[in-house]
Amino acid sequence: MSRVLLVEDDPFVREGVQLGLRRRGHDVRAAGTGEDGLAALAGFRPDLLLLDLMLPGMTGVQVCRRIREHSQLPIIMLTARGDDFDVVIGLEAGADDYIVKPARPEVIDARIRAVLRRMDDGSTGRPAIEVYGDLTIDRIGLTVSKAGRPLTLAPSELRLLLHLSAAPEQVFSRQQLLENVWEHTFHADGRLVDACVARLRGKIEDEVGDPRYVQTLRGFGYRFGPL
Amino acid sequence: MITVPRPGRPRDEENERADGAGPAAPTRRRSRVRAFGLRTRLLAAFLLVAAVSAGTTSALTYREARNALLKTAQDMAVSTFRDQVERTGWRLPVEEEGIEEILRDLARTGKPRPWVVFAEYGSIRASSGENPVSSVITPELRRAATADRYGSFERVVKDGVPYLTIGMPTVFKTGPDSTLPTGLVLYAVMRMTDEQINVDALLVAARNGALPGLAVALVPALLAARSVLRPVRELRRAARSMGSGRLDTRIPVRGRDELADLADTFNESAGQLERSVGELRDAEARARRFASDVSHELRTPLAGMLAVTEVLDEDADRLDPDTAQAVRLVSAETGKLAVLVEDLMEISRFDARAAELNADEIDVAEAIRKTLQVRHWAGDDRIRTELPPDIRARLDPRRFDVVIANLVGNALRHGGAPVTVLLRTEASSSGTLVLVVEVADRGPGIPAAALPHIFDRFYKADAARTRSPGSGLGLAITLENVNLHDGTIRAGNLPGGGAVFTVEIPLRAEEAVR
Repeated sequence: MSRVLLVEDDPFVREGVQLGLRRRGHDVRAAGTGEDGLAALAGFRPDLLLLDLMLPGMTGVQVCRRIREHSQLPIIMLTARGDDFDVVIGLEAGADDYIVKPARPEVIDARIRAVLRRMDDGSTGRPAIEVYGDLTIDRIGLTVSKAGRPLTLAPSELRLLLHLSAAPEQVFSRQQLLENVWEHTFHADGRLVDACVARLRGKIEDEVGDPRYVQTLRGFGYRFGPL
Repeated sequence: MITVPRPGRPRDEENERADGAGPAAPTRRRSRVRAFGLRTRLLAAFLLVAAVSAGTTSALTYREARNALLKTAQDMAVSTFRDQVERTGWRLPVEEEGIEEILRDLARTGKPRPWVVFAEYGSIRASSGENPVSSVITPELRRAATADRYGSFERVVKDGVPYLTIGMPTVFKTGPDSTLPTGLVLYAVMRMTDEQINVDALLVAARNGALPGLAVALVPALLAARSVLRPVRELRRAARSMGSGRLDTRIPVRGRDELADLADTFNESAGQLERSVGELRDAEARARRFASDVSHELRTPLAGMLAVTEVLDEDADRLDPDTAQAVRLVSAETGKLAVLVEDLMEISRFDARAAELNADEIDVAEAIRKTLQVRHWAGDDRIRTELPPDIRARLDPRRFDVVIANLVGNALRHGGAPVTVLLRTEASSSGTLVLVVEVADRGPGIPAAALPHIFDRFYKADAARTRSPGSGLGLAITLENVNLHDGTIRAGNLPGGGAVFTVEIPLRAEEAVR
């Protein structure tokens, strides 16, 4: 059971999703506007935010940016397929995943669980704390610091970094990462990975244009290192 | 087999527009050197007319002037000679001595030029010159001179020198109107060198007049060619521009001639064409927008309905049978409606050319296996696959998944087991490597009448079947997705029965990840 804050402007959809998720055991609080959603954050203290992109007044993207200024709350965007541009903007604003509407509660529930699942990448037998260059990754405490300074990573960014660094120099295709990090069973949009990589690089790399840690292998995918 | 042509992508059209007449440039170059083009023909016609008129005029002028010149000289010479001969008293029979003196007297009176006088009488031959017999007097003149009492003349050219020869018989007067030849015939031979020089000068003058005339004729010829060719060129450029889609093309109308009328007509037709195309486009855009708006509007209530169908399904068992059936029906139909609306929206995006290709380099066999696995077809013994490893292609994974899922789902629904999925690469006729996916079934195949329409929206091969389990848009969406990959899709029947769908997508060497 998790605490989910749903921000959705259409009352019927809001009610339906709330009903569906509550039946699946989630504690759901709903808000009709971005402003109301932001206001509800402090009191409700949700585990996850389910955020519609098309909102009257403050848009979902703006809400997403506002939250990312100070919080690493997991965020899943609700979008309509074809609003591709919004998806990219939303992902760049810091959303961890997206769901295409209309979606069954079953699908929403699966996405929520995937985002909230703690990393379990078989790190047994590995030292809990690994150091790569300036980067220190604590697999137990789930913290990352660079040159002694702790970094705040969104859940998807942290999971991506942990997954890549668990097998340094191994190349993962975008489809593999979507499957392993985001647990997307259907063929999903590779730009989800690209946007997350871009955000992660912005936080851990010295120079985003010439990445050391998360490297691109054109035509194949991404890999961690070699340093 | 039906091959569905690939419609032009909007981006390509833009490129063509930016290039302007780029692809047509070779045609224009060819027309410049066209051997029998309008310009050549106009020039030839002008030159021909100028040459004929100048030539005719010069020839006529020359002939008239030459005749007039020669005739004056001739007439004067003949009449002078006749007078002189008549005035001279001849003693008959003519004796050889003394006659030369008379002839020399006659020779001195030559007009307009001096002449040499010859006399012939029986066997007597005498002249005022050195030779008693002239070499330029022809037998014809001799015959004519004896026959005509008024004398005859002839122009003779010998060794390039023109001569006038006059034959004049002497006569007795036997009555007021009758005469009798004496047998003495006098000949005068006059060199016409001066006349020839004048005539030659005339010829040169005529020629000198005609040649500049020809050269001058070139100028109006070129001007006329230009005045015709420029509108023609403009017309051609405008027609090509219209053909490439710029319907607002118009031609400047100059003057009031036939070419201006043509330009006017062209502009009018272009205007009408632009208007009707504009109306058609507006109507089409409205229809598309309407379809898109409708599906958008349907999506929001559907999102709410779909969210609660699970609740309905779960609680249906606890309701009384009729209500439970109604609830399950609503739930199931809601799911189908959601699929239909999603498909409609997808088609609308293709129609609005808003569909994007998010290509990624993927292992194709792996992608197909994934598609089958996700839809729980992986262990299905109705499906056989032949998926060679290590075929990598730049594809949009989601769209490729839709293509494979639609084709396999279609084969399972309408065809018969086993359904085979074959993957291979092939060199196309143009030499590029293409990815080929074949989905075949062992069912009854597609009726010949249905083949041309199999990719149409909401097309039902069997008119009796009012609703298929799918949205009716599956194959249309499949076609659009393949086209978006610059590929083609064909539907056909196998010789041994069963339908086969063949997807061909060109492989590119580009890399995938940014």
